[in-house]
Formats: sequence, structure tokens, C-alpha cells
Amino acid sequence: MGVVKVRRGFHEARWEEPIIFELSNEGERGILIPLDDKIRREVGDVLSSIPEHMRRKDPPKLPEVSQMRVLKHYLRLSQETLGADLNIDIGQGTCTMKYSPKVNERFVAMVRELHPYQDEETVQGALEIMYKLDLFLREISGLDRFSFQPGGGSQAIFAMASIIRAYHKKRGEERDEIITTIFSHPSDAAAPAVKGFKVITIYPDPETGIPDVEALKAAVSKRTAGMIVANPEDTGIFNPRIKEFCDIVHEAGGLCGYDQANANGIMGIVRAKECGFDMGFFNLHKTFSSPHGCGGPAVGALGVRRELENFLPVPVVDYDPERKAYYLNYDLPDTIGKVREFYGVFPVVVRAYAWIMALGEEGLKEVARVAVLNNNYVMHRILREVRGADISYPANKRRIEQVRYSLKKLKDETGVGAEDVIRRMADFGFHLWTSHHPWIIPEPLTIEPTESYSKEELDEYIEALKEVVGEAYEEPETVINAPHRSVIHKIEDNSWFSDPKKWSITWRLFLKKHGGKL
Amino acid sequence: MSHPYIPNSVERVKREMLSYIGVSSIEELYASIPEEIRFKGRMNLPEPLRSEYELYRHMREILSKNVSCEDYLCFKGGGTWPHYVPAICDEIAGRAEFLTAYAGDPYEDHGRWQALFEFESLMAELVDMDVVTVPIYSWGHAAGTAMRMAHRINGRREVLIPRTISPERFLVVNNYVDPALKLIKVDYDKERGMMDIEDLKRKISRETAAVYFENPSYLGFIETGGKEICEIAHEMGAICIVGVDPSSLGVLEPPSHYGADITVGDLQPLGIHMNFGGGLGGFLATRDEEEFVREIPYRIFGLAKTVKEGEYGFGDVLFERTSFEKREKAKEFVGTAAASHGIIAAVYLSLLGPKGMRELGEAILQRSAYAMKALSSIGLKAPKFKAPHFKEFVVEFPGRKSVEEINKELLKEGIFGGIDLRKHFPELGNSALYCFTEVHTKEDIDRLVDALRRILG
Repeated sequence: MGVVKVRRGFHEARWEEPIIFELSNEGERGILIPLDDKIRREVGDVLSSIPEHMRRKDPPKLPEVSQMRVLKHYLRLSQETLGADLNIDIGQGTCTMKYSPKVNERFVAMVRELHPYQDEETVQGALEIMYKLDLFLREISGLDRFSFQPGGGSQAIFAMASIIRAYHKKRGEERDEIITTIFSHPSDAAAPAVKGFKVITIYPDPETGIPDVEALKAAVSKRTAGMIVANPEDTGIFNPRIKEFCDIVHEAGGLCGYDQANANGIMGIVRAKECGFDMGFFNLHKTFSSPHGCGGPAVGALGVRRELENFLPVPVVDYDPERKAYYLNYDLPDTIGKVREFYGVFPVVVRAYAWIMALGEEGLKEVARVAVLNNNYVMHRILREVRGADISYPANKRRIEQVRYSLKKLKDETGVGAEDVIRRMADFGFHLWTSHHPWIIPEPLTIEPTESYSKEELDEYIEALKEVVGEAYEEPETVINAPHRSVIHKIEDNSWFSDPKKWSITWRLFLKKHGGKL
Repeated sequence: MSHPYIPNSVERVKREMLSYIGVSSIEELYASIPEEIRFKGRMNLPEPLRSEYELYRHMREILSKNVSCEDYLCFKGGGTWPHYVPAICDEIAGRAEFLTAYAGDPYEDHGRWQALFEFESLMAELVDMDVVTVPIYSWGHAAGTAMRMAHRINGRREVLIPRTISPERFLVVNNYVDPALKLIKVDYDKERGMMDIEDLKRKISRETAAVYFENPSYLGFIETGGKEICEIAHEMGAICIVGVDPSSLGVLEPPSHYGADITVGDLQPLGIHMNFGGGLGGFLATRDEEEFVREIPYRIFGLAKTVKEGEYGFGDVLFERTSFEKREKAKEFVGTAAASHGIIAAVYLSLLGPKGMRELGEAILQRSAYAMKALSSIGLKAPKFKAPHFKEFVVEFPGRKSVEEINKELLKEGIFGGIDLRKHFPELGNSALYCFTEVHTKEDIDRLVDALRRILG
């Protein structure tokens, strides 16, 4: 049995690192540029080729820092960041913070210097990986064709909203409403609004937390263009009537888009197709293991049913058996155009392909099963052992891969709320996240254990949470004033984020507004 | 056998956990998923490559079918450009802490917040504007947002864009602004490539929300009429948006100096590998005016003080603008986009500093100037446009062989020739867009010219 430890002596790196501009020393250089003397002799002063009024007179006020100092500065900042590789990163629920296998970084290094407009015959390996990952995702979703162009989940939602719009336009129907649920990702509401849709939000049954089918029936009309929802939702609750939801929207003439940013608990168990969806997307940086990179770059792999294939962004990858060659196919007559230049964040595609190849069909199912097992284990431990904590919709204990918890009781009894607990968890070497707004569940926390952490690691997380909650009852000030052993101390003055006279979005604004003094 | 990626696939551990939960099988935990929608079949996926070594061999076999721009000479740009990536950029990009972090809080992920604040601050100096956001997907997306910001500020519904806009970017912008805005293309001067001012004057009206142009343009020429274009836009009450290649800003005036209200562009030239087009990262900069800042949809990190004297903290400025807080009532939407590319760009700008950026610009100008001279010497029209250029320019070939044929023959010599412009700019004849950067040596350019001389006979 592995050891379970509460790291009371933990302290994150605290370098008190200055801002890069404060390290500047006139004349220092971080790197030299290859100015070619042979070329210079041939062409002379090239700067004079730029008309006087277009030539930069004042050099940009960038810092001047020697190479090792730049390296050290950013290494220190990296040490002041708690990536999933160091964390037991289960506290960032909905984000699927799983292990990103290191070997995949080797593959990524092999595709760095490919230009997107190279002749197709010189990128057959790249196209083969895109083509085959498309085939894999078809199996996992039951949908018929994928595009990797969207650069993240929100952009994939935007692409789905664009397809819904193009589809109705082609049919000459004026439909301008999109339905979502409150526990679907905020972008499921926000992105369709950008596409000109009015958004209708369905709330759940107050007992079960399951989206209210009667509310859906009341919401659909001949204005319904479509529905975009997650399932399971942010609460971790799976809507068992999802097929009926899709049927209702279809009968009203709408299309159904599935937000499967996070499909980690249901791979191989239930698919978009059997639920009745017309399209959907997987975040390759979530379920399919590509690292999150502090927030991208990423891929929201967008899949559609055959009938919608021609609406996908161009190009898609095809295979020509005669030439025995993969190629980029721009011939989609109803295409929405593009949502991002080129073909997507290719390194993310490579990692997802390699991850699936390492697991196979049984491995993917095992990922889902263990993610669900881990989640239910954590949930039952929290319910039994963490004072002041409860789950959202406590009457319904059926959760898939994550759970939205509530610390309302803790807040009522001690004055210590979710945001305090989050800051204190940092003192034990953990990240914990509240939840997307609006906070329908009071004092929320969302935990998603994924398949990547051992039982002992899950236990360690819970032991730390118990310790923090214990402190909330015994010495609440410790929690309220946290963090103490993290990189920095508590930020209490929020006026710097809201007052135009104070906000310092850049170093130069800090100098202008505050004279460089906090 | 337990899988190395799944610690709790050990049967004994599973049983222990199930017993704690009080169920006899994992299947029971799926009770909320009805039988009738369950997937009963088998996903048709290849047999897994269980050992890391087998996986490594398999991946290497597929990826070795690619030929990279380090194997061949690459003279293609057009939105993703070959540049040298300093070793320190790769070192920081590969750091496990940055690579595997996500949306951490300002405490345990302080380093991520500071690095992105520094990104905003360094870019602010480069474009000489006070406000820069956390990066977004790409130049095209940022341009679309800038246009929608203009629309929200002045309520107008048309945007004038140059006919010479990158075709890729046009498709992105076109979908992004639909249905709020109508894009109207302004013609270009056939001799010089630049925006046709008369056509601009004809098309601009009180319905114009914004005028957008690029510098350097997609076709490589420097739009020297920027000041006049911005003045015409402003006189009509429109907002001026300029897309810029940041690698030019050590030698070219930043758009804010000739009237841009919003500057956008792509970070890929700043230390990010081409990645088959995956190296993009959009940036958006504007003035520190509430009217503009409040319309920005993206994350904006700002400095703050902590309870400890003299300690820097960071947080979100006006978080209530974003879709994370306001859902469909937000300014557009925001999500996972290109944060780590922002961090790499910060490292790059810190390394280069003001002198490095100037030398980079000069190095690029040198290569293009030399290439123009060498290509002209074998009878090609290089550049086709009578204008100053940066990094790229149009080369017109005689009609005997098409650009497509020429590029096929170049390929045989290990050279990726310029982008064929026939499809998107048929009026330019038998032309290609060539790109020259600091990665090209004199010998590289001579090799290209020699090959072309042979190919063209």
C-alpha cells in the first residue's frame, strides 16, 4: 500500500520574482540575430527602403536582459505554477486534468517545422494521422466525419452554432433560438449568441438536478434552430432522457449539438449517435490527454452526421485510393468557411492519436470506467468524511465523472466559504477550483478525479480537504487569511481589477497610474 | 494487466474502492444511463500498442513520411512563417509546470499569471498601445473580434477590408462577423498593391463600423497609406483596425502611430514553431479607454497588490465582461485558446529586446532585398508591386511554365517554392508569394535562384 500524507510542511516556490522590465540593463543581449555580412555587402542599407514615415523611430521599450537571466526568470515563473504533472489535479473539475504521456512530446517535436502549405506529398505522415484520428473519433462518437480546425471547445461550439445557422439558411427557414441548459458550459450559451441566436436556458428539476423535460417542451417552437448541451453536465449528472430531448428538438425542426468537451466517463459506454445528436465535439486537450498549456493551444474536434458533412469548415482530410495518397479536400459545397486559419493545432492531434493508439478500444473503456469509479469513491468519501460539504442535488447520488459540491453548510457554520477553502488548499500543494458562474449551487467546488491518479493520491487530496475543513471549525482565520505557504499572499483589494483609474493591464500602465509603486 | 496510464486499473484496488462505495461493480455506477441508448457494439479501433517502445516505433514510422522545412528549403509564408526559434523558447515551452497547468488561480499558479501579464506588457511596448489581452486563437479571430467591438461601440454594420487580405483569414473573419456585420472589399492599386484610396472613399459611409487593413499586407507590400486610410475612417466616425506581423515592428512604425484604434495580429513569428499551421496565437491591443476595454471579450490579466507590502499579485480585469461570468450576455465568448503561445512570445521578446527586434527586421529586409535583386537578375518580375516590402513579395513568372509546374520541379531539388496565387488572385497572372526571413542564408537564396534559372531555361 502506498503512503497517504498530508503535506503540512509544503511550501510552493516563492521567488519574489520581479517583472521582466525590472531586470533590464541597457546593453545586455539575450540573443543575437544572423545579420548576413555577405548579403549586407550586396544590398547595403536596407532600412532606407522603408519610406521615412513608416520607419520606426523610437525603438520599442522592451527590456534588455542577458540570456541566462531570461532563462532563470521564466524558469522561476514556471516553478511558481502548479501544473498537473506536479499536482494531484482533481480539483479542476470539468477540465479533465489527466496524465499527458511524456512520450507524446517526442512525437510533437517531430512535426514542429512543417509548413501548412507544403506540397501534400511531403506531409503524408501528418495527413495520415489526421485521417486516422478522424476514423477513431467516428467510432467513439458514432458520428460520420470530423474536423480538427476549432482551436478549443468554445470555438467548436461556435462552429456548431455556425453550422446550425447555415443549415437553416440553406433550407430557407428563419429560426433564431438555441436552447441550452444552465449546467452546460458557459460558451454553449455565449457562442450561439455571437452567431445571432437568442438563447433559452433550461434549468434542472430542483430535486434530481436533471434538466426539466417539461421546460424543454415549453421552450421549443418553430423558432427553435437547435440545442447545444453537455451530458453529463457540470454537476456530473447524466440526463437519462437525453434521447427524448433530442427527439423533441428534432420534431420542432431543430438540430442537436453535443458538447462533449469532456467525454471521459462515457467513452465506449454511450455515444452521440445513439443519444440522437446531429453533431458534437471532443476536446482533445481534455479527454484525449493533450496537455492544457496554461490554456491552449488546443483542439475541439468537431464531428457531424453524414447529412451535415458538407457544412464543415474546410479543408477536411481524405484518402485517394487510386493515388494511394491523403489529401486536403476543400470541396464542401455548404461549408461555413473557416473558424481558424489552416487545419487545427496539429501537435494536439498527434498527441490524441498516440494516446488512443496506446489504449485501444478496451483501454478507452477502462479509462471511462476507472474515471467513474474514482469519482464515485471521492464523492462517497467527501459525503461521509468532509464536514460541512455536500453534493449538489443531494437527493440524486448518481454521478458520472465529476461532482459539483457545495460548502454552504460549512459557510453557514463557520463563515468559511468555497473561495477560502480554495486558497487554503494551495498551502497543501493543491489546486481547487470553484465553478462557472452563475453560482446556482451555493459555495460550489467541482472535483473530477479522472483515471490518472492512484487511490492513495485521491486519499491524500481528501485528507487535505478534511484538514482545511477542520481548521474552518477550529481556527477559521487560518483559512480565511490563506494562503500562507503558496507563491503569494491573499489579494483583498479588488479595485485594481474594476477601477479604470487603477487597473494596470500592462507594465506601462502600472508605471503611468501608480508610478511603479504598489 | 494494469495500464501504465491508469493506476487504479489494478483489480485489487478496484475491489477495495467498490467496497467502500458499497456497490459490487462499476457497471452499477452507470445506472443513470438507460439501456436503450447504451452503445452495445465494439469501437473499431486498432489493437493498442501497449509498450511505449512499440508506440514510439509506430509514430516514428508514420511521421518519417513527412519532409520538414529543415530538410528542404522553405520559401512559403502566408500566415505561418519559417523563423528561428531560440533554444530558451523551447526550454520554457517544454517546462512541465507550464505545459500541464490550466486555468489555475492567482496563488498556486502565480507564475502563469505573471508570465501572461508580462506577455501583455511586452506586446504593449512592441505595438505601442496600453492594453493587450491574453492571446486568443489566431489573427483572424482577433480581427473578427476587433470588428465586432467596433460594431458594439458605434452601432454600425459594415466593415471595409482590403481585397488583398489573406484568403485563409478572410474565411475566418467572414464567418466570425456573420450575421452582425457585412464585409465590403476595397480594391487595390494595380501598380503598388496598396489600398485604392478612391475606392475607399466611394465605399465608406455612415454605415461603416470599421476600416481594416494589414501591414505588411498578405502580399508582402508595406501599406504606406496607413495614415490617410485611418484619417478617412475617423472622419467618417469609423474605427480603424490594423493587422500586423509583429516581427516587422522593430523596423516598421507600429499601427498606433498612424491611427490604429485596435491592433491585431499573430504571435507565430515570435518564437513559435510552424507546427503545420498549429503555431498560431492571436493578439489584440487597444488604448486604455473604458469604451474599448469594456468591449473586449478575452481574458485581461492585471497587476494587483496582496496583503503583503510590496508583493505583486495578479487577477482578471473586468471579469464580468467574459462569458465565464455572463454566458450569453457576455461580450462574445472566451475559452481555451493560445495561452502557452503567449508565454513563449514573452520569452522571445525578452530575449530579443529592442536591438534584437530591430536586427530581426533588418535581417528580414536584407534577405528580401537580396532575393529581389537575384530573382530580377534572371528576368523575373520581383517584386511585382512597385512598393516597399517586408518578408514577402509577389514574384511574377513568364507564362511558359505555370507556378504549379515550377514548384513541382523545385520540389525535386529540395525546395518548397512560393505560394501559388492563381486561385485567389488570378488577376496577378502566373505569380507566387515568396517569403524570406532570417533563417535564409545567401547560399539558400542562391540555390533557389540557380534552380529557377535551370527550371525556366
